Amino acid sequence: MSEHNLNARNLLCPMPVIRTQDCIKTLEKGDELTVICTDPGVVNDIPTWCRINGHEVLAIQEKGREIHITIQVG
Amino acid sequence: MQDKIKAVALISGGLDSMLAVKVIQDQGIHVEGINFYTGFCVEGHTHAIRSKDKAKPKRNNALWVAEQLGIKLHIIDIVEDYKDVVINPKHGYGANMNPCLDCKIFMVNRARTWMEENNFDFIITGEVMGQRPMSQRKETMPKVAQQSGAFDRLVRPLCAKNLPETLPEKEGWIDRDKLHNITGRGRKPQISMAKDFGFNDFAQPAGGCCFLTDKAYSNKLDDLWKNRGEKRYELDDIMLLKVGRHLRPNERFKIMVGREEGENNYLEGYTYAFSHIRPLDYTGPLVLVDGAPNAEDLRLAARLAARFGSGRDAEQVQVEVTQLDGSRIAMHVKPMPVADIPLEWYL
Repeated sequence: MSEHNLNARNLLCPMPVIRTQDCIKTLEKGDELTVICTDPGVVNDIPTWCRINGHEVLAIQEKGREIHITIQVG
Repeated sequence: MQDKIKAVALISGGLDSMLAVKVIQDQGIHVEGINFYTGFCVEGHTHAIRSKDKAKPKRNNALWVAEQLGIKLHIIDIVEDYKDVVINPKHGYGANMNPCLDCKIFMVNRARTWMEENNFDFIITGEVMGQRPMSQRKETMPKVAQQSGAFDRLVRPLCAKNLPETLPEKEGWIDRDKLHNITGRGRKPQISMAKDFGFNDFAQPAGGCCFLTDKAYSNKLDDLWKNRGEKRYELDDIMLLKVGRHLRPNERFKIMVGREEGENNYLEGYTYAFSHIRPLDYTGPLVLVDGAPNAEDLRLAARLAARFGSGRDAEQVQVEVTQLDGSRIAMHVKPMPVADIPLEWYL
Protein backbone atom coordinates (compact mmCIF):
# COMPACT_ATOMS: atom_id res chain seq x y z
CA MET A 1 0.00 0.00 0.00
CA SER A 2 1.37 3.44 -0.87
CA GLU A 3 0.14 6.98 -0.28
CA HIS A 4 -0.16 9.61 -2.98
CA ASN A 5 -1.27 13.24 -3.29
CA LEU A 6 -3.01 14.92 -6.21
CA ASN A 7 -3.10 18.69 -6.62
CA ALA A 8 -6.50 19.67 -8.02
CA ARG A 9 -6.48 23.23 -6.62
CA ASN A 10 -8.18 25.93 -8.75
CA LEU A 11 -9.81 23.31 -10.96
CA LEU A 12 -13.57 23.38 -11.33
CA CYS A 13 -15.74 20.28 -11.46
CA PRO A 14 -15.64 17.97 -13.26
CA MET A 15 -11.88 18.46 -13.76
CA PRO A 16 -10.95 17.32 -10.21
CA VAL A 17 -13.00 14.16 -10.85
CA ILE A 18 -11.28 13.58 -14.19
CA ARG A 19 -7.82 14.07 -12.63
CA THR A 20 -8.77 11.70 -9.79
CA GLN A 21 -10.05 9.11 -12.26
CA ASP A 22 -6.89 9.34 -14.38
CA CYS A 23 -4.59 9.18 -11.35
CA ILE A 24 -6.35 6.16 -9.85
CA LYS A 25 -5.84 4.26 -13.11
CA THR A 26 -2.11 4.34 -12.34
CA LEU A 27 -2.45 3.10 -8.72
CA GLU A 28 -2.80 -0.34 -7.15
CA LYS A 29 -5.70 -1.72 -5.16
CA GLY A 30 -5.37 -0.62 -1.52
CA ASP A 31 -3.32 2.49 -2.33
CA GLU A 32 -4.45 5.77 -0.76
CA LEU A 33 -4.85 8.96 -2.73
CA THR A 34 -5.45 12.38 -1.18
CA VAL A 35 -6.94 14.86 -3.65
CA ILE A 36 -6.50 18.53 -2.70
CA CYS A 37 -9.22 20.74 -4.18
CA THR A 38 -10.72 24.22 -3.90
CA ASP A 39 -14.04 23.69 -5.74
CA PRO A 40 -16.71 22.85 -3.14
CA GLY A 41 -18.50 20.75 -5.78
CA VAL A 42 -15.99 17.95 -5.15
CA VAL A 43 -17.63 17.16 -1.81
CA ASN A 44 -20.47 15.58 -3.81
CA ASP A 45 -18.81 14.63 -7.07
CA ILE A 46 -15.71 12.72 -5.94
CA PRO A 47 -17.59 10.51 -3.41
CA THR A 48 -20.26 9.77 -6.07
CA TRP A 49 -17.58 8.86 -8.60
CA CYS A 50 -15.91 6.63 -5.97
CA ARG A 51 -19.18 4.85 -5.09
CA ILE A 52 -19.99 3.98 -8.71
CA ASN A 53 -16.44 2.88 -9.46
CA GLY A 54 -15.82 0.80 -6.34
CA HIS A 55 -13.41 3.01 -4.39
CA GLU A 56 -13.79 4.07 -0.77
CA VAL A 57 -13.66 7.62 0.58
CA LEU A 58 -11.75 7.44 3.87
CA ALA A 59 -11.92 11.12 4.85
CA ILE A 60 -13.11 14.54 3.71
CA GLN A 61 -11.40 17.41 5.51
CA GLU A 62 -11.93 21.14 5.03
CA LYS A 63 -8.70 23.07 5.59
CA GLY A 64 -9.35 26.77 5.10
CA ARG A 65 -10.46 27.19 1.51
CA GLU A 66 -9.13 23.75 0.59
CA ILE A 67 -10.87 20.40 0.69
CA HIS A 68 -8.76 17.27 1.14
CA ILE A 69 -10.41 13.99 0.10
CA THR A 70 -8.64 10.74 0.91
CA ILE A 71 -9.59 7.71 -1.17
CA GLN A 72 -8.64 4.07 -0.89
CA VAL A 73 -8.39 2.47 -4.31
CA GLY A 74 -10.80 -0.47 -4.68
CA MET B 1 -20.24 -19.12 -26.08
CA GLN B 2 -20.87 -15.45 -26.76
CA ASP B 3 -19.37 -13.17 -24.07
CA LYS B 4 -21.82 -10.91 -22.30
CA ILE B 5 -22.89 -8.15 -24.67
CA LYS B 6 -21.76 -4.71 -23.54
CA ALA B 7 -22.97 -1.26 -24.55
CA VAL B 8 -21.46 2.14 -23.92
CA ALA B 9 -23.91 5.00 -23.40
CA LEU B 10 -23.39 8.72 -23.91
CA ILE B 11 -24.59 10.17 -20.60
CA SER B 12 -25.40 13.86 -20.52
CA GLY B 13 -27.05 13.85 -17.13
CA GLY B 14 -30.49 14.55 -18.58
CA LEU B 15 -33.57 12.35 -18.63
CA ASP B 16 -33.34 11.00 -22.18
CA SER B 17 -29.96 9.30 -21.86
CA MET B 18 -31.07 7.96 -18.46
CA LEU B 19 -34.15 6.36 -20.05
CA ALA B 20 -32.18 5.04 -23.02
CA VAL B 21 -29.79 3.20 -20.70
CA LYS B 22 -32.62 1.76 -18.64
CA VAL B 23 -34.37 0.40 -21.76
CA ILE B 24 -31.19 -1.43 -22.77
CA GLN B 25 -30.27 -2.55 -19.25
CA ASP B 26 -33.70 -4.15 -18.95
CA GLN B 27 -32.77 -6.38 -21.89
CA GLY B 28 -29.89 -7.84 -19.89
CA ILE B 29 -27.13 -5.82 -21.53
CA HIS B 30 -24.15 -4.62 -19.45
CA VAL B 31 -23.98 -0.82 -19.85
CA GLU B 32 -21.28 1.66 -18.89
CA GLY B 33 -21.51 5.41 -19.44
CA ILE B 34 -19.21 8.01 -20.86
CA ASN B 35 -19.53 11.73 -20.36
CA PHE B 36 -17.45 14.18 -22.34
CA TYR B 37 -16.10 17.39 -20.82
CA THR B 38 -15.77 20.08 -23.50
CA GLY B 39 -15.22 23.14 -21.29
CA PHE B 40 -18.57 24.55 -22.44
CA CYS B 41 -20.63 22.35 -20.13
CA VAL B 42 -23.13 24.19 -17.96
CA GLU B 43 -22.84 21.63 -15.17
CA GLY B 44 -21.10 21.93 -11.86
CA HIS B 45 -18.55 24.66 -11.98
CA THR B 46 -21.04 27.40 -12.81
CA HIS B 47 -22.79 26.53 -9.56
CA ALA B 48 -19.48 26.31 -7.78
CA ILE B 49 -18.38 29.81 -8.79
CA ARG B 50 -21.31 31.89 -7.67
CA SER B 51 -21.82 32.32 -3.93
CA LYS B 52 -25.54 32.92 -4.40
CA ASP B 53 -25.88 29.34 -5.64
CA LYS B 54 -24.15 27.83 -2.61
CA ALA B 55 -27.45 26.67 -1.14
CA LYS B 56 -28.33 24.70 -4.27
CA PRO B 57 -27.09 21.14 -4.62
CA LYS B 58 -23.95 21.04 -6.71
CA ARG B 59 -24.31 17.51 -7.91
CA ASN B 60 -22.91 16.53 -11.27
CA ASN B 61 -25.99 15.16 -13.03
CA ALA B 62 -24.07 12.67 -15.20
CA LEU B 63 -22.54 11.10 -12.08
CA TRP B 64 -25.88 11.16 -10.32
CA VAL B 65 -27.63 9.45 -13.25
CA ALA B 66 -24.91 6.79 -13.38
CA GLU B 67 -25.39 6.07 -9.70
CA GLN B 68 -29.17 5.80 -10.08
CA LEU B 69 -28.70 3.33 -12.94
CA GLY B 70 -25.95 1.40 -11.13
CA ILE B 71 -23.47 1.84 -13.98
CA LYS B 72 -19.85 2.95 -14.16
CA LEU B 73 -19.27 6.40 -15.64
CA HIS B 74 -16.09 7.43 -17.42
CA ILE B 75 -15.66 11.20 -17.67
CA ILE B 76 -13.39 12.12 -20.54
CA ASP B 77 -11.59 15.43 -21.00
CA ILE B 78 -11.94 16.35 -24.69
CA VAL B 79 -11.19 20.07 -24.31
CA GLU B 80 -8.24 20.10 -26.75
CA ASP B 81 -9.72 17.89 -29.47
CA TYR B 82 -13.07 19.65 -29.24
CA LYS B 83 -11.61 23.00 -30.29
CA ASP B 84 -11.70 22.04 -33.96
CA VAL B 85 -15.41 21.22 -33.66
CA VAL B 86 -16.16 24.70 -32.31
CA ILE B 87 -13.77 26.59 -34.57
CA ASN B 88 -14.36 24.76 -37.88
CA PRO B 89 -17.76 23.06 -37.81
CA LYS B 90 -18.26 21.36 -41.19
CA HIS B 91 -22.02 21.50 -40.81
CA GLY B 92 -22.09 25.07 -39.48
CA TYR B 93 -23.53 26.62 -36.34
CA GLY B 94 -27.07 26.58 -34.99
CA ALA B 95 -28.89 29.69 -33.77
CA ASN B 96 -25.83 30.72 -31.76
CA MET B 97 -22.28 29.31 -31.71
CA ASN B 98 -23.56 25.78 -31.21
CA PRO B 99 -22.12 23.30 -33.72
CA CYS B 100 -24.64 20.64 -32.66
CA LEU B 101 -24.37 18.25 -35.61
CA ASP B 102 -20.57 18.30 -35.67
CA CYS B 103 -20.59 17.92 -31.90
CA LYS B 104 -22.79 14.82 -31.98
CA ILE B 105 -20.73 13.26 -34.78
CA PHE B 106 -17.55 13.98 -32.81
CA MET B 107 -18.90 12.52 -29.58
CA VAL B 108 -20.29 9.38 -31.19
CA ASN B 109 -16.97 8.97 -32.98
CA ARG B 110 -15.11 9.22 -29.67
CA ALA B 111 -17.57 6.75 -28.14
CA ARG B 112 -16.89 4.37 -31.05
CA THR B 113 -13.15 4.57 -30.36
CA TRP B 114 -13.79 3.91 -26.68
CA MET B 115 -16.05 0.99 -27.57
CA GLU B 116 -13.37 -0.59 -29.74
CA GLU B 117 -10.57 -0.04 -27.23
CA ASN B 118 -12.61 -1.54 -24.39
CA ASN B 119 -14.18 -4.45 -26.29
CA PHE B 120 -17.74 -3.18 -26.06
CA ASP B 121 -20.31 -4.08 -28.72
CA PHE B 122 -22.48 -1.07 -29.41
CA ILE B 123 -23.27 2.54 -28.52
CA ILE B 124 -26.44 4.01 -27.00
CA THR B 125 -27.60 7.62 -27.09
CA GLY B 126 -30.73 9.24 -25.71
CA GLU B 127 -31.51 10.93 -29.02
CA VAL B 128 -35.14 11.45 -30.01
CA MET B 129 -36.06 12.10 -33.62
CA GLY B 130 -37.40 15.60 -34.18
CA GLN B 131 -36.24 16.92 -30.83
CA ARG B 132 -33.83 19.82 -30.53
CA PRO B 133 -30.96 20.24 -31.33
CA MET B 134 -30.49 19.96 -35.09
CA SER B 135 -28.47 16.74 -34.79
CA GLN B 136 -31.73 14.94 -33.96
CA ARG B 137 -33.60 15.74 -37.17
CA LYS B 138 -34.80 12.83 -39.28
CA GLU B 139 -32.34 13.68 -42.06
CA THR B 140 -29.35 14.28 -39.76
CA MET B 141 -29.62 11.17 -37.57
CA PRO B 142 -28.25 8.85 -40.32
CA LYS B 143 -25.41 11.34 -40.92
CA VAL B 144 -24.35 10.98 -37.28
CA ALA B 145 -24.27 7.19 -37.60
CA GLN B 146 -22.31 7.30 -40.86
CA GLN B 147 -19.89 10.18 -40.29
CA SER B 148 -19.00 9.02 -36.78
CA GLY B 149 -18.06 5.61 -38.16
CA ALA B 150 -20.47 3.93 -35.72
CA PHE B 151 -22.86 2.89 -38.54
CA ASP B 152 -25.26 0.19 -37.37
CA ARG B 153 -23.62 -0.14 -33.98
CA LEU B 154 -25.36 3.09 -32.91
CA VAL B 155 -28.68 2.44 -31.15
CA ARG B 156 -31.16 5.15 -30.17
CA PRO B 157 -33.49 3.18 -27.90
CA LEU B 158 -36.05 5.99 -27.51
CA CYS B 159 -36.76 6.29 -31.25
CA ALA B 160 -35.25 3.10 -32.72
CA LYS B 161 -38.54 1.95 -34.22
CA ASN B 162 -38.50 4.99 -36.51
CA LEU B 163 -35.02 4.11 -37.77
CA PRO B 164 -33.51 1.22 -39.75
CA GLU B 165 -32.68 -1.94 -37.84
CA THR B 166 -29.26 -1.85 -36.19
CA LEU B 167 -26.69 -4.61 -35.74
CA PRO B 168 -27.65 -5.40 -32.11
CA GLU B 169 -31.25 -5.90 -33.26
CA LYS B 170 -30.27 -8.03 -36.29
CA GLU B 171 -28.01 -10.17 -34.11
CA GLY B 172 -30.73 -10.63 -31.51
CA TRP B 173 -28.68 -9.00 -28.75
CA ILE B 174 -31.64 -6.69 -28.13
CA ASP B 175 -35.32 -7.03 -29.01
CA ARG B 176 -36.60 -4.31 -31.37
CA ASP B 177 -40.12 -4.78 -30.01
CA LYS B 178 -38.93 -3.51 -26.64
CA LEU B 179 -37.46 -0.32 -28.11
CA HIS B 180 -39.49 2.87 -28.60
CA ASN B 181 -40.79 5.20 -31.32
CA ILE B 182 -40.81 8.60 -29.65
CA THR B 183 -40.69 11.64 -31.95
CA GLY B 184 -40.91 15.39 -31.57
CA ARG B 185 -40.27 17.99 -28.93
CA GLY B 186 -43.01 16.97 -26.51
CA ARG B 187 -41.80 15.55 -23.22
CA LYS B 188 -44.90 13.55 -22.23
CA PRO B 189 -43.64 10.13 -23.47
CA GLN B 190 -40.37 10.56 -21.59
CA ILE B 191 -42.10 11.74 -18.42
CA SER B 192 -44.44 8.77 -18.63
CA MET B 193 -41.52 6.35 -19.11
CA ALA B 194 -39.70 7.93 -16.18
CA LYS B 195 -42.76 7.34 -14.02
CA ASP B 196 -43.00 3.72 -15.15
CA PHE B 197 -39.33 3.17 -14.30
CA GLY B 198 -39.81 4.82 -10.89
CA PHE B 199 -37.54 7.79 -11.66
CA ASN B 200 -38.94 10.63 -9.57
CA ASP B 201 -35.95 12.94 -9.66
CA PHE B 202 -34.22 13.85 -12.89
CA ALA B 203 -32.60 16.87 -14.52
CA GLN B 204 -34.30 18.67 -17.40
CA PRO B 205 -32.14 21.73 -18.05
CA ALA B 206 -34.35 24.30 -19.81
CA GLY B 207 -31.46 25.93 -21.62
CA GLY B 208 -29.62 22.77 -22.56
CA CYS B 209 -26.33 21.65 -21.09
CA CYS B 210 -23.95 23.64 -23.31
CA PHE B 211 -23.04 27.33 -23.08
CA LEU B 212 -22.66 27.50 -26.86
CA THR B 213 -26.45 27.45 -27.20
CA ASP B 214 -26.64 30.61 -25.06
CA LYS B 215 -26.91 33.88 -26.98
CA ALA B 216 -25.07 36.05 -24.44
CA TYR B 217 -22.25 33.55 -24.11
CA SER B 218 -21.96 33.22 -27.90
CA ASN B 219 -21.72 37.00 -28.24
CA LYS B 220 -18.80 37.03 -25.81
CA LEU B 221 -17.03 34.24 -27.68
CA ASP B 222 -17.57 36.07 -30.97
CA ASP B 223 -16.12 39.24 -29.41
CA LEU B 224 -13.11 37.29 -28.15
CA TRP B 225 -12.33 35.98 -31.62
CA LYS B 226 -12.90 39.30 -33.37
CA ASN B 227 -10.58 41.16 -31.04
CA ARG B 228 -7.98 38.43 -31.06
CA GLY B 229 -8.00 38.52 -34.85
CA GLU B 230 -8.37 34.75 -35.10
CA LYS B 231 -10.69 31.95 -34.05
CA ARG B 232 -8.67 30.46 -31.22
CA TYR B 233 -9.25 29.79 -27.52
CA GLU B 234 -7.77 28.17 -24.46
CA LEU B 235 -9.73 26.58 -21.63
CA ASP B 236 -9.15 29.62 -19.39
CA ASP B 237 -10.65 31.91 -22.06
CA ILE B 238 -13.90 29.99 -22.28
CA MET B 239 -14.15 29.60 -18.51
CA LEU B 240 -13.76 33.36 -18.00
CA LEU B 241 -16.56 34.04 -20.49
CA LYS B 242 -18.89 32.35 -17.98
CA VAL B 243 -17.93 34.67 -15.13
CA GLY B 244 -18.83 38.28 -14.35
CA ARG B 245 -19.93 41.23 -16.46
CA HIS B 246 -17.88 41.85 -19.58
CA LEU B 247 -17.67 45.38 -21.01
CA ARG B 248 -15.72 46.37 -24.09
CA PRO B 249 -15.26 50.16 -24.45
CA ASN B 250 -12.96 49.83 -27.49
CA GLU B 251 -10.96 47.34 -29.56
CA ARG B 252 -7.91 47.65 -27.28
CA PHE B 253 -9.39 46.25 -24.09
CA LYS B 254 -12.34 44.84 -22.23
CA ILE B 255 -12.98 44.51 -18.51
CA MET B 256 -14.35 41.58 -16.53
CA VAL B 257 -16.19 42.60 -13.37
CA GLY B 258 -17.01 40.15 -10.58
CA ARG B 259 -20.71 40.33 -9.70
CA GLU B 260 -20.41 38.85 -6.23
CA GLU B 261 -18.01 37.26 -3.78
CA GLY B 262 -17.84 33.87 -5.49
CA GLU B 263 -17.02 35.43 -8.83
CA ASN B 264 -14.46 37.77 -7.25
CA ASN B 265 -12.77 34.74 -5.67
CA TYR B 266 -12.73 32.98 -9.02
CA LEU B 267 -11.32 36.02 -10.86
CA GLU B 268 -8.71 36.36 -8.11
CA GLY B 269 -7.14 33.17 -9.47
CA TYR B 270 -6.42 34.99 -12.76
CA THR B 271 -4.78 38.13 -11.42
CA TYR B 272 -1.38 36.69 -12.42
CA ALA B 273 -2.45 36.82 -16.08
CA PHE B 274 -4.26 40.17 -16.35
CA SER B 275 -3.82 43.78 -15.36
CA HIS B 276 -6.39 44.33 -12.63
CA ILE B 277 -8.09 46.97 -10.55
CA ARG B 278 -8.97 46.84 -6.87
CA PRO B 279 -10.88 49.34 -4.75
CA LEU B 280 -8.82 51.19 -2.12
CA ASP B 281 -11.21 53.47 -0.25
CA TYR B 282 -14.56 51.81 -1.00
CA THR B 283 -15.89 48.26 -1.26
CA GLY B 284 -16.26 46.90 -4.74
CA PRO B 285 -15.43 44.14 -7.17
CA LEU B 286 -12.12 42.96 -8.51
CA VAL B 287 -11.87 43.96 -12.19
CA LEU B 288 -9.63 42.19 -14.71
CA VAL B 289 -8.48 44.14 -17.77
CA ASP B 290 -7.99 42.06 -20.92
CA GLY B 291 -6.08 43.36 -23.94
CA ALA B 292 -3.52 46.10 -24.44
CA PRO B 293 -4.98 49.24 -22.86
CA ASN B 294 -3.10 52.54 -23.07
CA ALA B 295 -2.88 54.96 -20.15
CA GLU B 296 -6.15 56.65 -21.07
CA ASP B 297 -7.86 53.26 -21.38
CA LEU B 298 -6.64 52.25 -17.91
CA ARG B 299 -8.14 55.44 -16.47
CA LEU B 300 -11.42 54.63 -18.21
CA ALA B 301 -11.26 51.05 -16.88
CA ALA B 302 -10.69 52.44 -13.37
CA ARG B 303 -13.72 54.75 -13.69
CA LEU B 304 -15.82 51.81 -14.84
CA ALA B 305 -14.54 49.65 -11.99
CA ALA B 306 -15.54 52.38 -9.53
CA ARG B 307 -19.04 52.48 -11.00
CA PHE B 308 -19.61 48.92 -9.77
CA GLY B 309 -18.53 49.64 -6.18
CA SER B 310 -20.05 51.28 -3.11
CA GLY B 311 -18.44 54.59 -4.09
CA ARG B 312 -20.37 54.85 -7.35
CA ASP B 313 -22.02 58.13 -6.29
CA ALA B 314 -18.90 59.71 -4.80
CA GLU B 315 -17.12 62.65 -6.47
CA GLN B 316 -13.90 60.70 -6.42
CA VAL B 317 -12.62 57.32 -5.25
CA GLN B 318 -9.22 55.69 -5.10
CA VAL B 319 -8.34 52.47 -6.89
CA GLU B 320 -5.17 50.48 -7.30
CA VAL B 321 -4.19 49.39 -10.79
CA THR B 322 -1.75 46.48 -10.97
CA GLN B 323 -0.13 46.03 -14.36
CA LEU B 324 1.16 42.81 -15.83
CA ASP B 325 4.75 43.59 -14.84
CA GLY B 326 3.58 43.78 -11.22
CA SER B 327 3.85 47.57 -10.93
CA ARG B 328 1.07 49.21 -8.94
CA ILE B 329 -0.42 52.66 -9.40
CA ALA B 330 -2.88 54.31 -7.02
CA MET B 331 -5.35 56.33 -9.06
CA HIS B 332 -7.99 58.87 -8.04
CA VAL B 333 -10.95 58.69 -10.39
CA LYS B 334 -14.50 59.90 -10.71
CA PRO B 335 -16.81 56.86 -10.99
CA MET B 336 -18.45 56.78 -14.39
CA PRO B 337 -22.15 57.63 -14.09
CA VAL B 338 -24.37 54.70 -15.05
CA ALA B 339 -26.13 56.79 -17.71
CA ASP B 340 -22.81 57.53 -19.41
CA ILE B 341 -21.97 53.85 -20.06
CA PRO B 342 -23.18 52.97 -23.56
CA LEU B 343 -25.28 49.79 -23.56
CA GLU B 344 -23.27 48.42 -26.48
CA TRP B 345 -20.23 48.19 -24.21
CA TYR B 346 -21.93 45.33 -22.35
CA LEU B 347 -21.12 42.02 -24.07
